[in-house]
Amino acid sequence: MSSQVQSIVDKFGNDATRLMDIFIDISKDKGHVGEEDIAEIADQLNISRVDVEQTLSFYHFFSKEPRGKYNIYLNNSVVAEFMGREEVADAVEKATGTQFGSVSEDGLFGLYDTSCIGMNDQEPAAIINGVVFPKITTYRVRELIKSFRAGKTVTEMVNSFGGGQNQSALIKSMVTNNLNRRGAVIFSDHTAGDSFIKLGSMKPKEVIEEVKNSNIRGRGGAGFPTGLKWEFCTRAGNKERYLLCNADEGEPGTFKDRVILTEIPHLLFEGMVIAGYAIGAKEGILYLRLEYEYLQNHLETILDDFRKKGWLGKNVAGIDGFNYDIRIQFGAGAYVCGEETALIESCEGKRGEPRNRPPFPVSVGYLDKPTVVNNVETLCSVVKIIQNGGEWYKSMGTKETSGTKLLSISGDVRYPGVFEIEWGMTIREMLEMAGAIDPKAVQVGGPSGRLIGENEFDRTICYEDLPTGGAMIIIGQNRSILDVIKNFTEFFIEESCGSCAPCRYLTVILRNRLQKIIDGKGVAKDLEYLAHWGKQMKMANRCGLGQTAANPILSGLENFIQDFEAKIEKGKDFDTKFDLDKAIQESSRAVGRFPQA
Amino acid sequence: MSLIKRIFSSKTEENISGEQKKEYSENEDHKNTNKSNVMNDKIKFTIDGKECKADKGANLVEAAKANGIFIPTLCHLEGVKPAGSCRICNVKINGRFMTACTTEIADGMMIENNTTDIQELRNIIIETLFVSGNHYCPACEKSGNCELQALGYRYKMLVPRFPFEFEEKVVDASTPKIFIDRNRCILCKRCVRSLKTKDGKSIFAINGRGHKAMINIDHELANKMTDEEAQNAMDTCPVGSILKKERGYVDPIGSRKYDKKPIGSEIESVNK
Repeated sequence: MSSQVQSIVDKFGNDATRLMDIFIDISKDKGHVGEEDIAEIADQLNISRVDVEQTLSFYHFFSKEPRGKYNIYLNNSVVAEFMGREEVADAVEKATGTQFGSVSEDGLFGLYDTSCIGMNDQEPAAIINGVVFPKITTYRVRELIKSFRAGKTVTEMVNSFGGGQNQSALIKSMVTNNLNRRGAVIFSDHTAGDSFIKLGSMKPKEVIEEVKNSNIRGRGGAGFPTGLKWEFCTRAGNKERYLLCNADEGEPGTFKDRVILTEIPHLLFEGMVIAGYAIGAKEGILYLRLEYEYLQNHLETILDDFRKKGWLGKNVAGIDGFNYDIRIQFGAGAYVCGEETALIESCEGKRGEPRNRPPFPVSVGYLDKPTVVNNVETLCSVVKIIQNGGEWYKSMGTKETSGTKLLSISGDVRYPGVFEIEWGMTIREMLEMAGAIDPKAVQVGGPSGRLIGENEFDRTICYEDLPTGGAMIIIGQNRSILDVIKNFTEFFIEESCGSCAPCRYLTVILRNRLQKIIDGKGVAKDLEYLAHWGKQMKMANRCGLGQTAANPILSGLENFIQDFEAKIEKGKDFDTKFDLDKAIQESSRAVGRFPQA
Repeated sequence: MSLIKRIFSSKTEENISGEQKKEYSENEDHKNTNKSNVMNDKIKFTIDGKECKADKGANLVEAAKANGIFIPTLCHLEGVKPAGSCRICNVKINGRFMTACTTEIADGMMIENNTTDIQELRNIIIETLFVSGNHYCPACEKSGNCELQALGYRYKMLVPRFPFEFEEKVVDASTPKIFIDRNRCILCKRCVRSLKTKDGKSIFAINGRGHKAMINIDHELANKMTDEEAQNAMDTCPVGSILKKERGYVDPIGSRKYDKKPIGSEIESVNK
């Protein structure tokens, strides 16, 4: 007789590269993956227990210890804070009688601070047992906790449906799309499968040429030319190749992929087929953040539909010898897995630690095979490029940046949501478009991007001027810039994989120094230190997360130096508010000496 | 390679992925050809303006070493796939920062190693490592033989510029042969990458992430460690985090590894 854990490990072919799936299934059953489960998994996969545990312990949504019957993962992004997160968190703690980071004594509630869950346009938001609860108020908190205590399930507490597909039978979610502006590429009208007619008459090389001709660059933020990436992959010797779609959008303030996956997933899958054909891939994998698990049934149904129509499987889209399928691989709460090599590691059932490059994924990627990793938005754009041609695509945008871009706009604006714009819009125009309220600053591209002020509002959104992955957080005049920067810095501390020494701990040092300034104990020298130490992060670390982790501090110092200077003690070289009594409090208490604070 | 090879020869190689293995064996082949064909196929490059030569396939740390130039390392361990995680071997190659241990030497590379910028970065990394743990050097069994301490001395660190945080770290002394003091761990992962059982299983692994990451021991496997394996584990650790039980301060002060000459001087004395 095999145990439940054994049959789950069996289900994934006793394959250690499927550890993520194994953990997800066990967690669904039991809420956690306990010591005995770890031992069973290790025995069956013939690896050591610490190896099982090192993957498990990496991800926010996995746990070795039992969690609550109801687990509340409350977003702590800066926009959540703007929208009253603290009040809501207090209400949750009061109603459940437990603190964030712990499970209530009766085992009913587990409370967890969680990095951006992709709901910045409807904050404060939380994920409770897989269900997204947006726009939470203190009233709603009390109602929810009371109902949970009375034994109601999370689905019973879904009291509205967001628009569009959110209200379809397969999703039934309270999440709203807030698709505020449809553009000419991603959200233009499209009949599923239309591009396959043209694809059938094209050779893979021609597909790549067309994409190259369009000048499209990767939409995740790094902006590598997509056609070139595909070409590099086909040049790699190995014939076993993979296409990975990065749907991990973890950059705080980004939620565009959520709307694509809700409303037009067929466009994405169509793009994944085209890309798979172009590079000669054996399989496509959609790496999806677990925060979007509520879309799983919806997405699986569309994939099944593709299979029925012959758009996946054998001789895909009527092309002889093109055998290809797509599977969904869930992450489990790790921002760094949006970095392509970390994403690959995670797909292989490992800790999401970025790899050293070279070799690049196009030559040594998933399972050490040539791999292309593309953003959701990139793959959607490719469909329209194939249909309408590269020249058509190039007719939009700026000289060097062709096409359209999805912006996820949130914060102090009247109309938070997704906007599809042509590249070349200025920040000022964007603020006007979204109805910004008294803007003081914009965080362009999320925390890893750049914090800009009024002096840069006439800059243009495009690669030649102000490139971005699309997260735009609008910060109003009444906000404290230093608090915003601290929130971003803490995000990087939380999400660092911990591999590179500077990223692991210099971030903590920077945050502490910033806190000193916020507490009114900073001096001029501290600002110099922040700038100097922050600069090291760019040079020292392996991946984009570590290299950009000090960006909020560095661009903040550059553009909002007056906010820092207002907080520090003028004319002093060191902090004079040192509290000796407080500093020796612990030892005083230990030896019974006074004063004891 | 020597230490590791002696005790864990088969496992170290299993630790290296298929592709890498191929590369490695190619390198081996290459070295063999080189022996019979000296001076052919030598790669030419410069470090801080000095013209250097090295065998093809060598990484930058090895290539520099062959030319009597010291690039500091902490996570690097010869014969094991480089991790590039401590970042101390950061150099500037053709103007770009890269870790020397993960970079293969190529013709015409212009490498900056001993500049003010790079030295400052290295100092900051060393000081960060000191404050992120609780390093009580005077009482440490590894004192005088510790690579982190030796680098601190070499780069004239008097006291870290950052405040100590005194984070609480848990010591695991529950296995018979070794104990692991996480206060002194710098998460270089040498143990994770190189110390495996005969059938290739990991004895050490990382747990958690970010600044809460720590080394965990597989108790079941660690319980079976021999004295020799325990000693090897201790020697693999660049600091005093993995210690062999029932072994105190073996080398008297004055005859420890770094007592007389700073770390790296053994490399620099070559070719002088």
